[in-house]
Amino acid sequence: MPTLDKLTFNQESFDAHLADWNALPWLQAIKRENWEAFQSLPMPTRKDERWRFSGIKDFSLDGFRPATAPSDSRKAELLAKSELVKDSAGRLVFADNTLVQHDEVSAELKAKGVIWMPLQQACLEHPELIQKYFLAEESRLGSDKLLALHNAFLQGGSLLYVPKGVVIEKPLLSYYWSCDCEEAIFPHTLLIAEDNAKVDFVDYYGSMKDDCDCPALSIGVGTIHAGQGAQIFRKIVQNYAPATYSFQSEANVAGRDANVKTIAVNLGSKYARFENQVRIAEAGAEVKMYSLTVATGEQEFDQRTLQVHAAPNAVSDLLYKNALLDDSHTIFSGMILVEPEGQQTDAYQTNRNLLLSPTAEASSLPGLEIEANDVKCSHGATTGQIDEEQLFYLMARGMPKKIAHQLLVFGFFEEIIEKVDNDELKDNLRTLVQGKFTNS
Amino acid sequence: MSTPTPDIDIDRSKGDFHFAEDYAFDAGTGLREDTIDYISDAKGEDEWVREFRKKALKIFQDKPMPTSWATKDLENIVFDDVRYYLAKGQKASRTWEEVPDDVKETFERLGIPESERKFLAGVEAQFDSEAVYSRMKEDLEKLGVIFVGPHEGLHEYPEIFKKYFGKVIPSGDNKFSALNSACFSGGSFIYIPKGVKVAQPLQAYFRINAENFGQFERTLIIADEGSEMTYMEGCTAPKFDTATLHSAVVELVALPGAKIQYITVQNWSNNVFNLVTKRGMAMEEAEIRWIDCNIGSRLTMKYPGVILKGRKARGEVLSIALANDGQHQDTGAKMVHAADETTSNIISKSISVGKGRSTYRGLVQIPKHLKGCKNNTECDALLINTNSRTDTYPAINVRGDHNSVQHEASVSKVSAEQIFYMQQRGMNEGEAMSLAVNGFVNDLVREFPMEYSVELKRLIDLEMEGSVG
Repeated sequence: MPTLDKLTFNQESFDAHLADWNALPWLQAIKRENWEAFQSLPMPTRKDERWRFSGIKDFSLDGFRPATAPSDSRKAELLAKSELVKDSAGRLVFADNTLVQHDEVSAELKAKGVIWMPLQQACLEHPELIQKYFLAEESRLGSDKLLALHNAFLQGGSLLYVPKGVVIEKPLLSYYWSCDCEEAIFPHTLLIAEDNAKVDFVDYYGSMKDDCDCPALSIGVGTIHAGQGAQIFRKIVQNYAPATYSFQSEANVAGRDANVKTIAVNLGSKYARFENQVRIAEAGAEVKMYSLTVATGEQEFDQRTLQVHAAPNAVSDLLYKNALLDDSHTIFSGMILVEPEGQQTDAYQTNRNLLLSPTAEASSLPGLEIEANDVKCSHGATTGQIDEEQLFYLMARGMPKKIAHQLLVFGFFEEIIEKVDNDELKDNLRTLVQGKFTNS
Repeated sequence: MSTPTPDIDIDRSKGDFHFAEDYAFDAGTGLREDTIDYISDAKGEDEWVREFRKKALKIFQDKPMPTSWATKDLENIVFDDVRYYLAKGQKASRTWEEVPDDVKETFERLGIPESERKFLAGVEAQFDSEAVYSRMKEDLEKLGVIFVGPHEGLHEYPEIFKKYFGKVIPSGDNKFSALNSACFSGGSFIYIPKGVKVAQPLQAYFRINAENFGQFERTLIIADEGSEMTYMEGCTAPKFDTATLHSAVVELVALPGAKIQYITVQNWSNNVFNLVTKRGMAMEEAEIRWIDCNIGSRLTMKYPGVILKGRKARGEVLSIALANDGQHQDTGAKMVHAADETTSNIISKSISVGKGRSTYRGLVQIPKHLKGCKNNTECDALLINTNSRTDTYPAINVRGDHNSVQHEASVSKVSAEQIFYMQQRGMNEGEAMSLAVNGFVNDLVREFPMEYSVELKRLIDLEMEGSVG
């Protein structure tokens, strides 16, 4: 509920939160450490290259507090909305950091050793797993302060552990809902795939009310640990209400010959920062990073990526597509970092911006830092509009201009959407993207 | 396949020579307000220039080092050890006979042939801070072209130069433009009158010849409506043990319909910090081209830019950088579109040899509601050895749906097949590598005037010596 008092994260709210974790002193220690780090770290500013062009200066943490548990009626309402993919191997639904629903994996998968549960439960039941992988991968993209806050107040979150050689065909899903104004949620997804495991995963980030115009905050973290030969395909759909501030930070690790693929679909929020970092730790890995963004109104999408090649013979490919309408602003800042060990690297990075309004603004900062010589690296960034010749071609075949225009725009997105391997999800994503178009 | 890096063994003593200096004016080391007064008094400057210098000094002292984005190597410059002004005390010589003998000897060592020296009639040969040799060809004078040093330009032609001096690059643009504005001496001020097309390129040779001596040239070129000109600068410098600072400012103004082409071949010795600010302003239908080649120096930071201020203006930067052991070539380009239908093109090629590091840093800005603006950027990097390094940091900011921008960059190595093919035909590996590198930059080298492209190829061959094997 909105109040007149100035809200913020303080010692009092932290102590209250910490009391919920009395059963896990080792985790409390981590939280305390992060709370201290949060207090001493400065807020990021545009002077930091990793925040160049960003609208972070208009954002303040003042006025936000940790979210409180939602009512039962709300829980039921949100559960009904959590149906992006009906046919799933497992589902976790969180609302305001609180667990709403836990659809467990089949007994067969459980017998094979698959662990699928809320993070808090996993901390109690499988501490050795959490201690090994939780926060093990450092994010280098500049959100240190926000991540410290995330770690200090983390409550809801999903853990998926897939043991050696186990293949899960159907997708697993995590839904993270934000319900109230001025409240902050801290979604967390931790995926661990052991050698030769295979998994398909979907994260959905959304708001209780789509038309809510008071601010909410989400600081999310996702991590993939892909073992030797593991195959992970993860889709991330961000569709918060238009007044939300969203910070999402991904830090993934690919092992030997692993295949890690992520697709991000960015639709919601007032300001949405998406950091996607992948470290190729062992030889032969193949990493794909795709993203599709529709920016309308005064939305700002701040995308930062980092492809680290710390081992030889690996491939990474990145394609980020942004369509900009109205007064929106998108930033794409990417970096391919090939360390001296990264010989025989093939790394690519492509950013395509489609400007559909005279006042939209696209910033592109595609970067390369190469310290090995036997590599193939390239990046390309283009910013332009609908091709007049293509438009003419369609119109010459009797199509009205408006429809032809729309078709070309949807064609622009289709390149990303068709990479999704699940037909149900594909259709739902198309509906979401097109819905955003017709509403604006 | 990775090749091990062999020891680089080049005879660095080539060009490693200098002569005893005796200077009539020496402002001592360090930069303070009295240094400024000393320079101003020595030159007999107008009061407004003195004020301009002092204001710039304040800005220089207040501005932090740009190490938030640039290399930390900048911190190794000890500003207090630099001599900011040295001069022989003579006026720019008019005839060859008046040039002092030891300066002539330096030209001798530079290998400028006798016949060419006469041809250097239109050349400002810069020996340390003062133009010791400066004669304008008579036909240039007849055309009304003004080709003088900055002091003469500001003192005798204020009505022409004052209007644009420090306007394209204000003193506060960055720390090093402020430094230059505070203590500039030497350089060229050029005015090309309306409709005049200068057939031969105007040239300037710069030389550094005093230990720890920062050279701060200031160049301002104004091409009036419909005129055309080409300016060339080439640098060689003798080798010293302690770091030398070089920080120039070059401003170009192309008035409606004018064309300016500015060509640089930079080959400073391996201890020089070369921190240069270069920018042009192109009015309606004007064109500015920067052709830039950086081979020497310890650290070069140079991002030639064009502000496209008038409708249909055009800007271009063609750049070649070669970074060898101990060198960092941090170069790039800036294109600021400020009018409709403006176009810009950036082509950058860099080669990293041994432990050399080359960096491309670019900025393309299409602000507000402009229409029909286009930019094309291509940057290619070639890595020769396993421990060579290259970086690319472009920034592209585009607003509005009537503009288009494309940027492409690639990093590669010379393919083993190419080398093998050439070896089959009797070349040794080094020659083959040299040929491949020359091929990589060939389409840009062709843009240089003949004598420069020959010199450039020779320089690349020299740098590639011993890089493989």
